[in-house]
Amino acid sequence: MHAINYESPRTIADAVALLTAHGDKARPLSGGTDLVIQLRAGTRRPDYVVDVKHIPEMTRISFSMQHGLRLGAAVSCIEIHENADMRRYYPGLTEAAHLIGSLQIQSRATVGGNLCNGSPAGDSTPALIALGAKARIVGPKGERIVPVETFITGPARTVLQPGDLLVELLIDAPARHSSDAYLRFIPRNEMDIAVVGVGASITLDLDDDRVTDARIALGAVGPTPILATAAAGAIIGKKLDDAALDNAARLATSVATPIDDMRGTAEFRRHIVGVLTRRVLTIAAERARDSEQR
Amino acid sequence: MVKKVIVEAMINGDPVELLCEPRQSLLEVLRDELDMTGSKEGCLTGDCGACTVIVNGRAVCSCLMLGVEAEGATITTIEGLADGAKLHVLQQKFLEHASLQCGICTPGFLMSAKALLDHNPKPTEADIRYALAGNLCRCTGYDKIVKAVVDAAQTMLTGAGSGHGTVPRQSASEATSDMLGKGEEVK
Repeated sequence: MHAINYESPRTIADAVALLTAHGDKARPLSGGTDLVIQLRAGTRRPDYVVDVKHIPEMTRISFSMQHGLRLGAAVSCIEIHENADMRRYYPGLTEAAHLIGSLQIQSRATVGGNLCNGSPAGDSTPALIALGAKARIVGPKGERIVPVETFITGPARTVLQPGDLLVELLIDAPARHSSDAYLRFIPRNEMDIAVVGVGASITLDLDDDRVTDARIALGAVGPTPILATAAAGAIIGKKLDDAALDNAARLATSVATPIDDMRGTAEFRRHIVGVLTRRVLTIAAERARDSEQR
Repeated sequence: MVKKVIVEAMINGDPVELLCEPRQSLLEVLRDELDMTGSKEGCLTGDCGACTVIVNGRAVCSCLMLGVEAEGATITTIEGLADGAKLHVLQQKFLEHASLQCGICTPGFLMSAKALLDHNPKPTEADIRYALAGNLCRCTGYDKIVKAVVDAAQTMLTGAGSGHGTVPRQSASEATSDMLGKGEEVK
């Protein structure tokens, strides 16, 4: 590994000052499960690594029904899975975080880092998009809020400019009778990169069992994660019966732009998009019906 | 021009202070600076788990953590598993169940298993297989390893609870001491 300088600021202002001063020669470090590999391989060669795990706002999970969720960008996947609010109110995002790599990886890896790494196949990103998550970015020109579906602009490319820091992810409190789900296809049981990932959130009107709101997001089937707007739109106002599920699956498949690679052919991936879309919608709806307390 | 950093951490119960280059992984610091060579270098990409250590109660790949990130951390490595000459129950059960052949993966498996039993003293076999999914073995196979952890968990629940059993036969202990990371001293 090339020589690096290590900084561990205690505040967002200090972190942004460091990142701004060193521009594209600096890279934030959270869990390091991508960055350390990239440093070792020489695919990223920053002179400064800015460890953001000592910044309180970035390492906390704060949730209330009134204010929703603020998920620090440097919160580890295992902390998400261990958090009772996360498991109860955002089960789809929680399961996405809990199937990234091994427990050793989950002990370090973060949902914020997963997003900033910009992989089209990151597991937590479709789950975030399905929930309508927004990224709070602080940079040299101040603060801005970016919807997660626009955060990744291409493989390993994001909206972050030199000096910018992803501080936290903001998600609304779940609506009454709503829930979410995430599934991915991999050819083994654990520890693999998604061939296809699909996240969905759904809100039901239990009086007539119709869908009042839905979001569907696809991973690993395009250069960026994809918000499948038409697929979700097709089930809003409908009962979630076989016809509606077929419709959503067909429309989700139609916006996927997968490639052939060692993990699967484009044709296979399109097929799996449909299968997983049906399944995540069904699971999210079951969870929404069970969420009587909300 | 690169600033070296003084890192203070608690390693296997001892306070350790060292001057660390930021580019060094925790694994390099343990092996090259502290001569604690029980943690093994395998893939260097977080896939094989041979470098697993416990940091602040969680199993991590020490190859994916910078040494400088260990500031203030409490770390247990394979060298801290046995209590002097007394093997940890997990180590003893690995011997009894013949859960190792070449031994390269063994320290990592033991540390992942230790982290699991610390959090969950009554794991199911599925829990054990899940917790060990980040550790790869290419010669012994997984069944003997899983059986050893099942047995260790039961023994620790019914036994004195210290996690440390009796000293096994001297020859076995000596023959495997290197594989299990014993015999290493912290400088």
